[in-house]
Amino acid sequence: MSGLELQDFAVARGPCDVLRDISLSVRGGEFVGLLGPNGAGKTTLMRGALGLMAHRGQSSLSALAPAQRARTAAWLPQAREIAWPVTVDTLIALGRLPHMGSGQRPGPADQAAIDSAIDRMGLQAFRSRIATQLSGGEQARVLITRALAQATPLLMVDEPAAGLDPAHQIGLMETLAAEARDGRTVIASMHDLGLAARFCTRLVVLWRGGIAADGPPEQVLTPDLLARVFHIRAYYAQTDHGPICQPLGVVP
Amino acid sequence: MTRLLLPILSLLVAGLFAASLLIGPAGLSPVDSLAALIRGDRLAETLVMREIRLPRALLAVLVGAALGLAGAAMQGYLRNPLAEPGLIGVSGSAALGAVLALQTGFAGAYLFALPLSALAGAVVAVLLILMLAGARGGSITLILAGIAVSALAGALTSLVLNLSPNPFAASEIVFWMMGSLVDRSMDHVLLAAPFIALGALVLLTQARALDALTLGEDAAASMGVHLARLRLLLVLGVASMVGAATAVAGAIGFVGLVVPHVLRPLVGARPSALLPASAIGGAALVLMADIAVRLILPERDLKLGVLTALVGAPLFLHLIYKTRAQGL
Repeated sequence: MSGLELQDFAVARGPCDVLRDISLSVRGGEFVGLLGPNGAGKTTLMRGALGLMAHRGQSSLSALAPAQRARTAAWLPQAREIAWPVTVDTLIALGRLPHMGSGQRPGPADQAAIDSAIDRMGLQAFRSRIATQLSGGEQARVLITRALAQATPLLMVDEPAAGLDPAHQIGLMETLAAEARDGRTVIASMHDLGLAARFCTRLVVLWRGGIAADGPPEQVLTPDLLARVFHIRAYYAQTDHGPICQPLGVVP
Repeated sequence: MTRLLLPILSLLVAGLFAASLLIGPAGLSPVDSLAALIRGDRLAETLVMREIRLPRALLAVLVGAALGLAGAAMQGYLRNPLAEPGLIGVSGSAALGAVLALQTGFAGAYLFALPLSALAGAVVAVLLILMLAGARGGSITLILAGIAVSALAGALTSLVLNLSPNPFAASEIVFWMMGSLVDRSMDHVLLAAPFIALGALVLLTQARALDALTLGEDAAASMGVHLARLRLLLVLGVASMVGAATAVAGAIGFVGLVVPHVLRPLVGARPSALLPASAIGGAALVLMADIAVRLILPERDLKLGVLTALVGAPLFLHLIYKTRAQGL
């Protein structure tokens, strides 16, 4: 099983529901962009689905035992935390913990997963650097690499492109798209509609606790939805370079 | 370096352990003392070695390992190099238990009265902390609960001293609280060892979880770490080790703070690697300090806790200065 199934899914924070009546089915090979204004519940949806916060209804992920879930889904939280001055290699190797027995050292399969993740993210030159001494964007890339090294069928990342320079934003989106093409499921929350339109195979828009739109980018990013949910108007076109979505102004 | 660190530290502990056995006011020659210890055929010397120096050296190892390991575990769990084992209030409460035993005269009732009272104090602290911090809370509630329990234990200790009608009891309390390994017996070793061993076992099983916490609580939870269970086991492990250490040796500060801090760069900063290194390093530091109190002022009974604080505080300042210079 490499997808995610949510049935009648709801998450409450205090007395009010942040999300309610969410039913969502994501399959292997899909790169889902999770969109929505601030506070729409993007992070809540992913954390709830993982079972990191209490929810009602069914989630195929939170139904798993924690150890099993850790081998099924990798999660990159929005807060980029590196507590100790460990090397980049050591930090990325943490992604292999769910695959290793207690007290076990990384085996050849673990090393292969680590090397492959480092290659995909282009971090070869950083391997022996101290992670806490890197720039914010570099740290973000190292943490994404940790999630890739976990080598799970499902990858959930919270605003992975935030803080990266344009070249690395595009590189990251290409890497995530390649993961999906290899049959894995990728769910990424994001705010950059241009990147989402170009790279995601499917967009899910959260708004007022529910799903406002769900489908391929050209069907989701309509003028009506952009005005209603995001309060913006945007230029959207299918070009020789692929779809382009460029926000133009705020709708009152 | 990382691979050689544990053997080097172990050799250091072995050397210091031998030195601790050979140094003392009885002025025995090294050969005589070892012969007396092993063969047990010379009455006076054997008594000195087996009843005074051996328990003292063993306790230094146990207490040092407990403080070092508990400090490394606390720092790893809280992801903060300033955390120390006393943070959850166990050492303060254990001290309060001992102080009450000294004040009421219960300590004189029988040999184990004082250490058992201290352990009871530690148990009360653990119950209070778990109650205050709640079943699901994160590390912040644990720190706040620990500060509250520490403050309460400190205030009650001051109250006991304040109201003490007997100046001799008050001075005994003050001296006990400074921490020392003088005049401890093999019974103290046997009392503390099981608690310290059990606590060490519990903390060492959490090494992987502490590594995962490097990425933060949310990422660690997603990687299969059960945060509530980790916190419970951490509190129980630290309390068992530190409670027992305080019960037999009094309050010995700075070991749990400084040892993990010094060794962290040498193990590549991995929390799991720091646990065993800090245990052995803590044993080395307390052995060293306990030898030093015998050499510096042999007649004046310089207290171990005073020396570790005197040495530890400047060392810590130096480390802070170095950290600042690195711009971290």
